[in-house]
Amino acid sequence: MRRLGILLAALMLVAAGCADGTPEDEGPQTVRLVTHDSFYVSEGTLEQFEAETGHTVEHLEAGDAGTMVNQAVLTKDNPVADVMFGIDNTFLGRALDEDLFEEYVSPRLVDVPDSLKLDNRVTPIDFGDVCLNYDIAGLADRGVEPPSTLRDLTNPQYSGLLVVEHPGTSSPGLAFLLATIATFGEEGDYTWESFWSDLVVNDVLVTAGWEDAYYGSFSGGSGEGDRPIVVSYASSPPAEVIYADPPVTEAPTGVVTAGCFRQIEFAGILAGTPVPNAARQLVDFMLGLTFQEDIPLNMFVFPANENAALPDEFVRYTEIPDEPAVVAPEEIDANRSRWIEEWIEVVAS
Amino acid sequence: MDRGRSLLRSGAGRWLVAAPLVFFGLFFAYPLVRVVLRSLTLDGHLDLSAFVEIVTKGSLRRAAWFTVWQATVSTVATLLFALPGAYVLSRYSFFGRRLLRAAVTVPFVLPTVVVGAAYLALLGPGGPLGVDLRQTAWAILIAHVFFNYAVVVRIVGSFWELIDPRLEEAARALGANRAQAFLSVTLPLLLPSIAAAASIVFLFTFTSFGVVLILGGFSYATIEVAVWREATINLDLAASAALALVQMAGVATALWAYTRLQQRHARRLPLRSSRTVARRPATPGQYLVVGATIASMVLYLGAPIGTLVWRSLRTAAGPGLDHYASLVRGATSFVDPAEAIVNSLWFAAAAVVPAVAAGLASAVVIARRPGPLGARLDTFLMLPLGTSAVTIGFGFLVAFDWPLDLRTSVWLIPLAHSVVAAPFVIRTVTPVLRSVQPRLREAAAVLGASPRRVFREVELPIISRAALVGAGFAAAVSLGEFGATAFLIRPGRPTIPTAIFRLLGQPGAANLGQALALSTVLMLLTTVIIMAIDRYRVAGLGEF
Repeated sequence: MRRLGILLAALMLVAAGCADGTPEDEGPQTVRLVTHDSFYVSEGTLEQFEAETGHTVEHLEAGDAGTMVNQAVLTKDNPVADVMFGIDNTFLGRALDEDLFEEYVSPRLVDVPDSLKLDNRVTPIDFGDVCLNYDIAGLADRGVEPPSTLRDLTNPQYSGLLVVEHPGTSSPGLAFLLATIATFGEEGDYTWESFWSDLVVNDVLVTAGWEDAYYGSFSGGSGEGDRPIVVSYASSPPAEVIYADPPVTEAPTGVVTAGCFRQIEFAGILAGTPVPNAARQLVDFMLGLTFQEDIPLNMFVFPANENAALPDEFVRYTEIPDEPAVVAPEEIDANRSRWIEEWIEVVAS
Repeated sequence: MDRGRSLLRSGAGRWLVAAPLVFFGLFFAYPLVRVVLRSLTLDGHLDLSAFVEIVTKGSLRRAAWFTVWQATVSTVATLLFALPGAYVLSRYSFFGRRLLRAAVTVPFVLPTVVVGAAYLALLGPGGPLGVDLRQTAWAILIAHVFFNYAVVVRIVGSFWELIDPRLEEAARALGANRAQAFLSVTLPLLLPSIAAAASIVFLFTFTSFGVVLILGGFSYATIEVAVWREATINLDLAASAALALVQMAGVATALWAYTRLQQRHARRLPLRSSRTVARRPATPGQYLVVGATIASMVLYLGAPIGTLVWRSLRTAAGPGLDHYASLVRGATSFVDPAEAIVNSLWFAAAAVVPAVAAGLASAVVIARRPGPLGARLDTFLMLPLGTSAVTIGFGFLVAFDWPLDLRTSVWLIPLAHSVVAAPFVIRTVTPVLRSVQPRLREAAAVLGASPRRVFREVELPIISRAALVGAGFAAAVSLGEFGATAFLIRPGRPTIPTAIFRLLGQPGAANLGQALALSTVLMLLTTVIIMAIDRYRVAGLGEF
């Protein structure tokens, strides 16, 4: 009996020691990095982080950005990773609301423009603008100028020319809906719903996903359809040049810089990580020039760090819109479901 | 005392009951319950308002109605189109029969995102039909028949070729005409397998996702599409879980109806080896029937596949194998297609083992347990087919963190595949097993065979034939599985479908070309696997 008592006391001491002492956070550790399924960096990039810090990166691939957020919400009590990369501002509100992330302000944020910083709990890593793309030759053949505003699209000369993605099934579709809401507003004589009603009159084509819109219905570049205007990314023309077959010297498609919506991708340290220091180091590394300059050609988005040099194709074949449409993450999270439902009512009925 | 049935009461019999319960309980029911509970209690208390939302939200109400409507019409249409094919492929032997039977299975496992693109080209304004069927219900129905043709041909066909043709011949000799003989002899014997095939087609179309998403555009959505929408864009887990439950309820109702039908119509029939059943067409009439059926099959199934292959060969310099060469070279930086092929083969091999083991044990129990228990088990074990991929993927993620944290283990991928694939094994094995004549078992028992021996010598050879068909299906399902895989958190191991999806997600002709080439590779792999199994089936187990 006494022996049992001693054993119990010893066990309690050990248990207390474990509960007391913070986990070891020095020396080489393993950082688990969860990303959406469009994440890719060149070979050697993450290895450089490992060489610099001695840590090991374990990369985990989740679904798309929205799925990844829900996966993190479901596993909040026992996260599968330490750092999340790729959550964007259309889904950020949900993650902040659920307190998924620990606060961290990286010293390297000084190189990032303030417009990309939305919350101290997440660090902006890159951004991509969802913009109208047009088939340069296709519009020229029809003798039609590229639209210069969203409102232009309701003009009869653009009838039957536009293909967009469903905001309820596609991330660029949702971004474009947000751009129209920011542009036309919810109140007044001409709301975003009036705009979409006019698009319906103008025979807008809606597809479920970006793939069927761009490859299936768009006529420019690698698209095989018959519509010369599509909702895509500002980085799509450079991609058309880089993945052209055979190689080309001019982009076959152009970007309309009005009515764009900026998707900012963030990295966040998941609350409760046992390796907070290594996680912070990884976030810092992602803002460093090695990682930042690797981003454009692999993920076709723009680096957040202003000092990062852009590849030639990104300078020559596209433009960065000056004033993309802005909707706050909390506002998106509070209204996303309602807006999509209202959009369905306007467009589908 | 029916000694032939006593295996179930022996030790081995108890294991047979336990195996499917453990497998489906641990890898299906448990994750399902965990994720649904978690999703409905995110705020700390049970929130059932999502169910109210389903009724009040116009888009969700429309989705529910459209789901039932299109599943019913698609199932009837698939049966009408595919039964002649099942007849010809099981009753006649002709040059290229095996290849054709393997080839009809190809559409079934193709990622919908790829076939959707082929159909957009075929059914668009520039297609051979000359009419624009995009974003219509017609496009969805046409594609559903295309995808599910194989289900009917293989399930009904593998049964049809076991029916002794002398039965029909006897009816004819007794004065029945051809139609009467078919309607009064063959059709009643076939009904259980037709019902089995119809129930699977109904489940697939009821839970249809990719086809509806791509071909239906924004005008049509099924409940499955709505589940996905709530989970990935609206980020409303409660609504997504509520919808998934509604979908499962719909599926369970349909399964219950099927089970009732099955019990009423199950018949024992004299089985024959396929080698003697299939014969060459003899009369001009038979040649006409066989020829016309094959021609329509090739045309209907071949057009989208042909479009796909043709597009994969199209390069700037004319037709060529450039895109295939770049698969091996890995010309695109962000995904390695060669690695994806290797991964997919491993996953398929790993998924077949538990799928066949659990499916086979389940089928034995279902077929041997008369009455409500077997029927209930039958319904329950079909439910994975009617469960949203979102639910299966998220379920694994929520459930398997204790006692071992398996959530990011690579083994979850084949395990998820096996949960989706096992019902196929059950569906192919059960009808065959049900039809085993009890007298065969009894005769063996009377001659002194132990229950185990009766099983091994009498039933196992019969089951094996059907199990191999099931295994082929399971491997093919695993190769093409995309939904549940996409909702797991994976240690960076692309499969063929996820690689195709990845390539299609980036603009540029080189990416599109590689995606199409990889899709063609997937088709070839599937054909080869199914053909290999068919060959083994005929050569090794043709006689019993």
